[in-house]
Amino acid sequence: MSEQGATGAASAFGEGAGAAAPAGQAPQQGEAPAGPLVRVVGLVKHFPITRGIIFQKKVGAVRAVDGVSFEIRRGETLGLVGETGCGKSTTARMLTRLLDATAGEIDFDGSDITRLKGAALKAVRREVQMIFQDPYSSLNPRKTIGSIIGEPFAIHGMLKEKGDRKREVQRLMETVGLNPEHYNRYPHEFSGGQRQRIGVARALALSPKLLIADEPVSALDVSIQAQVLNLLRDLQRRLGLTVVFIAHDLSVVRHMCDRVAVMYLGKVVEIGSGDDLYGFPRHPYTAALLAAVPQADPTRHGEARRVLGGDVPSPANPPSACRFHTRCPKAQEICSQQEPMLEDKGSGTLAACHFPMSREELAAMGVRSGA
Amino acid sequence: MSAAEPLLRVEDLHVEFPTEDGLVHAVDGITYQVLPGRTLGIVGESGSGKTVSSLTTLGLTRRQGARISGRIMFGGQDLVTLPEDQLRAIRGNEIAMVFQDPLSSLHPLYKVGKQLIEAVRAHRDVSKAVARARAVELLGLVGIPDPANRVDQFPHEFSGGMRQRVMIAMALANEPKLLIADEPTTALDVTVQAQILALMERLQRELGMAIVIITHDLGVVAEMADDIAVMYAGRIVETASTTQVFGAPEHPYTWGLLRSIPRLDGSRHDDLVPIPGTPPSLINPPSGCHFHPRCPYAQPDHARIDPALQAVEDDPDHHVACLLDSRARKELWGRLSSGDTPEQALAAVGTTGEPA
Repeated sequence: MSEQGATGAASAFGEGAGAAAPAGQAPQQGEAPAGPLVRVVGLVKHFPITRGIIFQKKVGAVRAVDGVSFEIRRGETLGLVGETGCGKSTTARMLTRLLDATAGEIDFDGSDITRLKGAALKAVRREVQMIFQDPYSSLNPRKTIGSIIGEPFAIHGMLKEKGDRKREVQRLMETVGLNPEHYNRYPHEFSGGQRQRIGVARALALSPKLLIADEPVSALDVSIQAQVLNLLRDLQRRLGLTVVFIAHDLSVVRHMCDRVAVMYLGKVVEIGSGDDLYGFPRHPYTAALLAAVPQADPTRHGEARRVLGGDVPSPANPPSACRFHTRCPKAQEICSQQEPMLEDKGSGTLAACHFPMSREELAAMGVRSGA
Repeated sequence: MSAAEPLLRVEDLHVEFPTEDGLVHAVDGITYQVLPGRTLGIVGESGSGKTVSSLTTLGLTRRQGARISGRIMFGGQDLVTLPEDQLRAIRGNEIAMVFQDPLSSLHPLYKVGKQLIEAVRAHRDVSKAVARARAVELLGLVGIPDPANRVDQFPHEFSGGMRQRVMIAMALANEPKLLIADEPTTALDVTVQAQILALMERLQRELGMAIVIITHDLGVVAEMADDIAVMYAGRIVETASTTQVFGAPEHPYTWGLLRSIPRLDGSRHDDLVPIPGTPPSLINPPSGCHFHPRCPYAQPDHARIDPALQAVEDDPDHHVACLLDSRARKELWGRLSSGDTPEQALAAVGTTGEPA
């Protein structure tokens, strides 16, 4: 087995791997600078829709993300939830600069990274790492997992001594609960859950400040899901990581996240701490999502679920003003004329709604509020 | 379960696929029944055999060279040995199926109406005009707005939820007695999933059909199913009413599933208790109890003895295939459900039921 604490920055994650850490204590690494790690202001991403083959003419735009502002605090896990096409993955890809923003600003650790290029961008990319959804397609099948996990070091010209790199990779493998002796094996020799651990080890290699996990467990079986979720939570606590956790499963987000942002058609409609948002959701869309989640509780069997009608409208042609008004049971005239701002409704969360939900309305929808 | 005559009765079904690497024991001797008008949920992870067992019910594994033994009794006939032409008269008529992915289950080049008409005319000798009227009626039944016009559209003009409604309409074309839904909502968003589940419940009430719903999502079965069968590595390890499976489960694998899912109303600070290890290979399944390599309570002789699915002491409708002492099982679950880890529960209870 490998020695502990090979390099400086990495020495914080030492001891054995895989075991669950005692709950409730988040170790702080050194003196954390004040202010949030990431501040996103008015972020917009429009994908052009074009006509014509040679002379392409722009005929419209898919407004994937359309004016999103939020903060990511140091050491927290921020959840992004919403249905297909709500812009959660696009937002994450802009944070990693895999996509360029159409407008808006991303401040990372005090500096604007929205339009960085070249070496400066490469430096930022060391700080922001990503875990992908599909552990089958996100690992190169022709490379050994040693070289997959070690690739970030190669890209950034670190640990050039071969022995050093191997030692560090094996230490990472141990951190995520893989057997370091499997250094020379190929991805196909591992199960789905183990592959996702390889992805986690690769993301942790450069000791990033921000980790973005885009649906990290939705391709895994239930019993394996829990292993990976526990690993992520344990690592987050031990390393004091800041995590953006994207998922469509509201129960998983509840379990993993300190704060949660709910997105609908490119907008954040509600944001707040997990306890506030799940305890007393104010936006009708948040309430509808919570009401729709099937729960492993047979006492709800046969209980009339209040089902949200219709489908999500096209982001190429979103409804006016409040984008949810076409499906909202509480919509009135003002909702199609004046866009509601994200503001404090007096119960902890910020919600963008003219007519926030009351506890009585939530109870009528079958949402158990006020825990 | 009551004394009613079962609609479908599967007895000791085995399905094996010969492959280059060896014989895959996809379904390894399962027995269950579906009562008229009731919903059975089959739960399990990928590779547990839940899909293969239902495809076999419809004779859809025959062409893949599967070796099938056992009996599948439906309406006095054994579907395992029934000739293909007679089976075709049942498939899509008395037993219909809805698949997971509505996009790849619909033909992209044919209008939705044509595909529905085909489903109707496959079993009914009716004119095209009558079948078309039935197609429009079916689209209306599953809640597609403006069915008279939508019937002439192509699948790509429908959203994911609408396509799944079309699939359900097609399955209902001949008013089946049994609908098999294989992960019907897995590809859908949560609000659309709720729409589809509500639709299936309404149609069941209106048409009185029985449903077998196959899923990995414990939330979906909790809300939909009357009875549940839990599958692991090709076998049914536990079967009981939904209330019993969630309230008083008896099999360690069921405990593992229940403890490993995060709950919407749970506390953030509870740790999930994963099931250690990974699902076994179906070519070389573990000896004895298939779950023993991952079972925290396994005893040395569990690797030798094959547990049979047996009724629980005081509940003839609750069956479990486990070698642990029944008193010990009850105490273990009591400990687990009040927050103990498997190790703590084992230390406190032991495996014999006698205090350790």
